[in-house]
Amino acid sequence: MASTMKYLGGACIVLISMATVGISLAAHGAPDDPFPSTYHPAASAPLAIVGATVLTGTGTEIADATVLIADGKIEAVGPSLPVPNGYGEVDGRGKWLTPGIIDAHSHLGVYPSPATPSHEDGNEAVSPNTSEVWAEHSVWPQDPKFRLARAGGVTSLMILPGSANLFGGRSVTLKNVPSVTTQGMKFPGAPYGLKIACGENPKRVYGGKGRSPATRMGNVAGYRRAWIDAADYVRRWDKWEAGGKAGDPPKRDLQLETLAGVLRGEILVQNHCYRADEMAVMVDVAREFGFKIRTFHHANEAFKIAPLLAQEDICVATWANSWGAKMESLDGIEENAPMVDAAGGCAIIHSDDGLLIQRLNQEAGIAMTAANHTGLSVSRGEAIKWITANPAKAMGIADRVGTLEPGKMADVVLWSANPFSVYALAERVWVDGVVQWDRSDPRYQRPSDFVLGQPGQGFAR
Amino acid sequence: MIRLFAAALALGAATPAAAQTVAITGGRLITMGPAGEIERGTVVITRGRIVAVGADVMVPAGAKIVDATGKIVTPGLVAAGTALGLIEVRAVETTDDRATDANEVSAAFDAGYGLNPDSLLIPVARLGGITRAIATPAYKDKGGRELLFAGQAAAVALDGRPMLMKRGVAMILDMGDAGAERAGGARAAELVALRALFAEVRDYKARRAAYDRGETRDYMLSRVDMEALIPIVEGRMPLLVTVNRAADIRDALALAREEGLRLILESASEGWRVADEIAAAGVPVLLTPVENTPASFEMLGATLSNAARLAAAGVVFAIEGNGNHREREVRYNAGNAVANGLDWKSGLAAITINPAHIFGLADRIGSLEPGKEGDVVIWDGDPLDTLSRPTAVFIRGAAQPMTSRATELRDRYLPAILPSANGETP
Repeated sequence: MASTMKYLGGACIVLISMATVGISLAAHGAPDDPFPSTYHPAASAPLAIVGATVLTGTGTEIADATVLIADGKIEAVGPSLPVPNGYGEVDGRGKWLTPGIIDAHSHLGVYPSPATPSHEDGNEAVSPNTSEVWAEHSVWPQDPKFRLARAGGVTSLMILPGSANLFGGRSVTLKNVPSVTTQGMKFPGAPYGLKIACGENPKRVYGGKGRSPATRMGNVAGYRRAWIDAADYVRRWDKWEAGGKAGDPPKRDLQLETLAGVLRGEILVQNHCYRADEMAVMVDVAREFGFKIRTFHHANEAFKIAPLLAQEDICVATWANSWGAKMESLDGIEENAPMVDAAGGCAIIHSDDGLLIQRLNQEAGIAMTAANHTGLSVSRGEAIKWITANPAKAMGIADRVGTLEPGKMADVVLWSANPFSVYALAERVWVDGVVQWDRSDPRYQRPSDFVLGQPGQGFAR
Repeated sequence: MIRLFAAALALGAATPAAAQTVAITGGRLITMGPAGEIERGTVVITRGRIVAVGADVMVPAGAKIVDATGKIVTPGLVAAGTALGLIEVRAVETTDDRATDANEVSAAFDAGYGLNPDSLLIPVARLGGITRAIATPAYKDKGGRELLFAGQAAAVALDGRPMLMKRGVAMILDMGDAGAERAGGARAAELVALRALFAEVRDYKARRAAYDRGETRDYMLSRVDMEALIPIVEGRMPLLVTVNRAADIRDALALAREEGLRLILESASEGWRVADEIAAAGVPVLLTPVENTPASFEMLGATLSNAARLAAAGVVFAIEGNGNHREREVRYNAGNAVANGLDWKSGLAAITINPAHIFGLADRIGSLEPGKEGDVVIWDGDPLDTLSRPTAVFIRGAAQPMTSRATELRDRYLPAILPSANGETP
């Protein structure tokens, strides 16, 4: 990603305002944003965090840095900047500062705690194509894991529907702030994603029901059939609109509307796919129908085709430690993300898990350590991108979060130690310049409604 | 490191590694034994056993010297609650030997049989410093099977030789939500069933001859299951009970007290709420300290501070890994317990000497002490941290290959990414 970072010296402070990029689905009969975000950050006083070692998310590590935040935005980052009058000051000496952690693959809220069957809302596993469902209509904002993820420094996350289906539905991107409603957490203007799943899950789920897909070739036939329908849907709407919208419009179809959004480049493809050969097939499918795959998720075998993925500009969201539960994940290695990175690709460490999301920093540390042991020479400044800038790119929000650059949302984590260490704790987390987690202040450790009045409500967990 | 490994291979080719004398010199020894920490010390291993540990140890003539200067030397890690040797790929049923559907074999199921020392999972765990493990049976939950016990765990070694170290180190039982489900849907039903089963085992034990003549009433369990439970009712083999809710832990403690059982608690998410009672009962705990979500109604009090709170109450505990392919995370789990209030030494104890004690293996492994088997790990930094790795692993005195199928895959594909890579670890 191109860096627009400016290190500012003296009293020269430049506020770069960045236009919020909204998305419009007004064409083709779909209403513009029917479930709009109601998230608005609280007003916050200008702030200077002084003396910490800063990983900017642009590849740079700055010792003894000052980070200035005003109007909920990053204002300036640099070594030993003077603190302007009227700025609150946080002593970061001996500590580390990073952009807020971003998880590109989460099921918080759709598979919440407690995991009762009545809560399991992440997989509409009744048809191979459920492009019509939207994860945001399943998210339970009271899932106690949102707060636990916040204590792990997570400020934005993409909630995906599960991987039972070829087309699982739309993702939703959230700001990790306490809220009673999902709309109150929605990342304003973030693009939707479409979850596609390769491999063992769809063929097991539907093959087990005696229907297609029961094989990988059945999977691919299912994708192609759907894209043919979607291309036809786009043509019908284009024709109606080109004809001056004369006569009755074509009937809206929720399933095809989502797929059409992909073909028109407005919805990003988030593709669960483990094996190198399957990823290559998916690249061909995308080429056949003229869309882009934004990210391969899990992607244990990405290292086998890292140059191809870099060339196609497809991100890889994966783990360091998870492998082997299924045949398609047998070849998982610790160095997967670093090898994607070394090939010039967009490497991401994701969680897919309610425990790991609390420790993405450590998982990145494990991958970084393994890479350096292998001789790949990954700096901390580069490795932090795997859980900040790169997931922001995968989710289509890199213009607003993921790095500590002037004008970006002030989503910031103050760590007690080197954030890649097992001993690093997120001491304080800001979202849009507003404190949303403070380990030393019980007000920010308020349990969710579900945990209220239950054992364990009284401490940070 | 390449040089060290090559040397180890060469030695192994010349003579049986176990017969060699190895001297690990100059490292900071964290012995977890009576010698405590030694800033610059030497460990000598002969014929697979540690013969000397200390600051002023003479290196025997002809010993293979491994220089650990500037590095940390610990006992091999012991991973409690694994399925190492019993499973390859969970989704491939033929590779999963953790469990049975057979109705005649419940308590009698013995993880000490059918172990596979060539498992792909073993080198991966070993590269995380794990040298021994407890291979633990699982329940096969296909419905219709109502037997309460999963079977018996075995202690195993991870050096590619026949794995079995000791069979029957614990009997596995679920209580709480899962146990209730197996017993018909309620906790009380399981507690009644367990008491009835233990009474039958005692009856059978007293009347074996009559049983063989067919002169006893029908028992609920098969003969092999009742035989397997005799060491349990006699308090010779521990009953390893997976349980979470504070009230369920109390029930388990009461059951053990009344029936004269030796107990190990596993998981114990709400252990901190009854820590004093666990300590007073002298019952050890196995826990996964990173499990802090209220994932079920029996885990509402789950917290990252569980380990630290149990330690403060004087409970002896071991820390578990994250299951099968992810056992190497056991040391990070211990590190996370330390980050959340546990002292560092207790964190290391929870993955070395404590599991050795809990499973009756402390005369053989768990610390660097003369007389113990030669399991030693050399680390390039803090063994509990994500930023460090082992540089050498010895099991029963033999240097282990620092490779796995995963590192071979890495080295196969690295040259396509880094043309300068030669596939060797620098």
